[in-house]
Amino acid sequence: MVTFLSRRLIASIIVLLVASYIVYVLTCYSGDPLQDLRTSTARNKQTLIENRIHALNLDVPPFLRYFIWFSGLLRGFIGQFDLGKNIQGQAVTSQLGAAMGSTLQLVTTATLLAIIVGVIVGITTALRQYTSYDYSVTFLSFLFFSLPIFWLAVMLKQYLAINFNDFLQDPVIAPGIILIVSLIAGIAWLGILGGGWRKRLITFGIAALTTAIVLEFFSATRWFAHPGLGIVVVFVLGIGVAFLVTTLSAGLANRKALYSSLSVVVLGTALYYPLNYLFLYPTTGWTILILAIIALLVAGAIGWFWGGVDRWVSVRTAAIVVVLMGALILVDRYMQSWNVYANSDEIGGRPIATIGSSTPDLIGSFWVQGLDSFTHLLLPTAALLLASLAGYTRYTRASLLEVMNQDYIRTARAKGLSERAVVMRHAFRNALIPITTIVALDFGALIGGAVITERVFGWVGMGQMFQQALGAGGSPWPDVNPIMGVFLVTGIAAVVFNLLADLIYTSLDPRIRVS
Amino acid sequence: MSNFYGVGVPPEDPEKRDKEDSIKREELATEVSEHAPSDQLEERVENAIELKEIEGLSQGRIVFRRFVRHTGAMISLTVLFLVVVLAFSSIGIDALGLHLRGWWKWEYTLPHNIVNGAHPTLSLIPQWLGGSGISLGDHPFGQDEVGHDTFAQVMRGMQQSLMILFVVGLVSTAVGTIIGAVAGYFRGRLDQLLMRLTDVVIIVPLILLAAVIGRTFQNSGSFLLAVVLGLLIWTSLARLVRGEVLTLREREFVDAAKVAGASSWRIMFRHILPNAIGVIIVSATLTMSAAILLETGLSFLGFGVQFPDVSLGKLISDYSASFNTRPWLFWWPGSFIVIIALSINFIGDGLRDAFDPRQKRLLNRSARAAKSAAREKAANAGA
Repeated sequence: MVTFLSRRLIASIIVLLVASYIVYVLTCYSGDPLQDLRTSTARNKQTLIENRIHALNLDVPPFLRYFIWFSGLLRGFIGQFDLGKNIQGQAVTSQLGAAMGSTLQLVTTATLLAIIVGVIVGITTALRQYTSYDYSVTFLSFLFFSLPIFWLAVMLKQYLAINFNDFLQDPVIAPGIILIVSLIAGIAWLGILGGGWRKRLITFGIAALTTAIVLEFFSATRWFAHPGLGIVVVFVLGIGVAFLVTTLSAGLANRKALYSSLSVVVLGTALYYPLNYLFLYPTTGWTILILAIIALLVAGAIGWFWGGVDRWVSVRTAAIVVVLMGALILVDRYMQSWNVYANSDEIGGRPIATIGSSTPDLIGSFWVQGLDSFTHLLLPTAALLLASLAGYTRYTRASLLEVMNQDYIRTARAKGLSERAVVMRHAFRNALIPITTIVALDFGALIGGAVITERVFGWVGMGQMFQQALGAGGSPWPDVNPIMGVFLVTGIAAVVFNLLADLIYTSLDPRIRVS
Repeated sequence: MSNFYGVGVPPEDPEKRDKEDSIKREELATEVSEHAPSDQLEERVENAIELKEIEGLSQGRIVFRRFVRHTGAMISLTVLFLVVVLAFSSIGIDALGLHLRGWWKWEYTLPHNIVNGAHPTLSLIPQWLGGSGISLGDHPFGQDEVGHDTFAQVMRGMQQSLMILFVVGLVSTAVGTIIGAVAGYFRGRLDQLLMRLTDVVIIVPLILLAAVIGRTFQNSGSFLLAVVLGLLIWTSLARLVRGEVLTLREREFVDAAKVAGASSWRIMFRHILPNAIGVIIVSATLTMSAAILLETGLSFLGFGVQFPDVSLGKLISDYSASFNTRPWLFWWPGSFIVIIALSINFIGDGLRDAFDPRQKRLLNRSARAAKSAAREKAANAGA
């Protein structure tokens, strides 16, 4: 194992070095970094040119200048890490640090959501193979896959953001829209749940009616202007979550697991007011983290206390429920700050942002800042999500179908296991193996930044930095040091995540051994 | 998998084509056993029907038949054909020294008098429905603020985008196939070297190379851009072909060819690659659909097709600021990108299904009826 890893690592490092040399030399020869100064009319033109030549070592030919850059990299070992300066004379390391943070924020959210939604949709389509639901999802995923992301992004800006902001001025939903949305919801649920005609009709009726009532309630109470859940809704949703999670994770027949998750929900509801009181004090991310750890420990203890045939099943179920329950309470708390946020001077009642990663000069509590990130993340995340969703959906579907045809699934059915146990315990887990590797590789690729998305939404991340160095927007080019900085991050991410994918694969699939 | 640019090739099904599996099943189906349990019996009857359907047909014929039955792929093929005809016949061809005039009256390069406030004059609602009748008008897709005819521009952009995706598909398939086949067939040092080369190409940011090429050869047009893109996105195909060749080279027919004294190149190109054609074709189609998105993305960022010429991505990029005032400048090129990419994706899906030996879905109607009858019969026999 160690030999395999070290061999892979050495090969990857050589690949990275060769590629970095190619990138450096190519970039340098692609243009003249003094272009803007040569044509300038400044009095001190000559001094400026000399300063830049001195700062960027332009007197050394590129194929040797690479080694100056590389020595800066090597000096990282003695604590003087240096990636050079950009044309404006700013250190690349500091620029890169900020850009990486904002890109990671964007990419992580979008990838996580895409994985969760994609896997769920993929499973449902695989279980309903060759139904009209399957066909529609297939069509939609091909459609999203064929959309240029910048086109999608501009559409989202225009139709989602601006129209939603207009809608928020007077949040009353028109009856026609309620009708259409309810019908769509009904048809979607009917497709997902399937069954005979009778069952389908009932599903359709319940789903459409529920959606209509909820929307009508939102409309009548102008909920979108003053969103909030309140203790009752948190409790009811919590009970729903408890049943759903228990069904999927342990099966409702496992009473102890059900009791543990219900106890977690009751405890969470009981703590609703005390927590809200606690949140009146200045809150930070650390507070939330500590609370989350405490909640997980308590939930684990509850599961352990209830026990059951297999204690760990109860512990696991309770832990999943407590995470979702905590999320509900947090969402509720965020919603309470919505009014303060949306009506603040900087926002002026149009909260969904189309540009940038935060509102400049916005001062507010932890909750208001959180809402600000949320409204800024919403559109770019949606664009990235739609674009990458298709891949995960198709992949999960194919992978699960492959597994469902295996002999051990037939055996599991023949043993008389419930369909839930067959799908969740035998099929789904095995189908996840190839998906994890795809996820690891994808994540590595995405860290480079979604160049186009960042450009459309004015997100100042690594993609933006890269583009600027390439001369977008009239800046002098080629600015080789920022390009190398971004390249280094993406290259290392690709190598690390490739290795990670191999490791995950070997640890999950016992048939594969590396040598 | 998406890559650095947010565009990529849809993932292959994780399953490896397992031809032996289907061969085994066919053998099983031909042998007759009287004491078989009903489930097995049922499966055999079904397989017999499937076998009958493909009796006496060559592999190519079977694949073709399956492909023709894939409705989505056939519709997409028709749409793509119509789009290509529209793009090349409307404003004519002006390339490779050829100057053919098309049937469309406006040039894409010249501004014209603004008609109807630059709004699209296309009307599709017939008069009896209260519309203004079905007519094209002077500028069916509208005009920009200077008066360029959007229809002519979109057609020109489409020609460029189609040319680029075709060239990219051709170049990347050729390079990927050769590198993958050589690496898989010769193995050893050469394989290691080629695969590391593939890693280098994967890791170098495409957008950077496109920008560099664009700058260096400013005026040599989009053909060169297409060739360069093709020289860069062969990597996934090379890996797939290598994997396929690695398994195929252990088969008996390769040994037979070797014993008969065939040279390595002959074995590779005459014996192994024709057997890997499924993987190659499917991957080539998907590369093409990725290529059109890549080209539009690069043009959007300003690193693709350069000024006097237009492409669909460049049109969107140029006009994205005027979305509020002239949305049609944005709608038309975008819709054509989606139409082209979508139809290519569906064709790729149809090809993948057609080449899959385990494909059982696309039986024709009479065979499906026979199958369900057989199942009932088997169920009755079992009960």
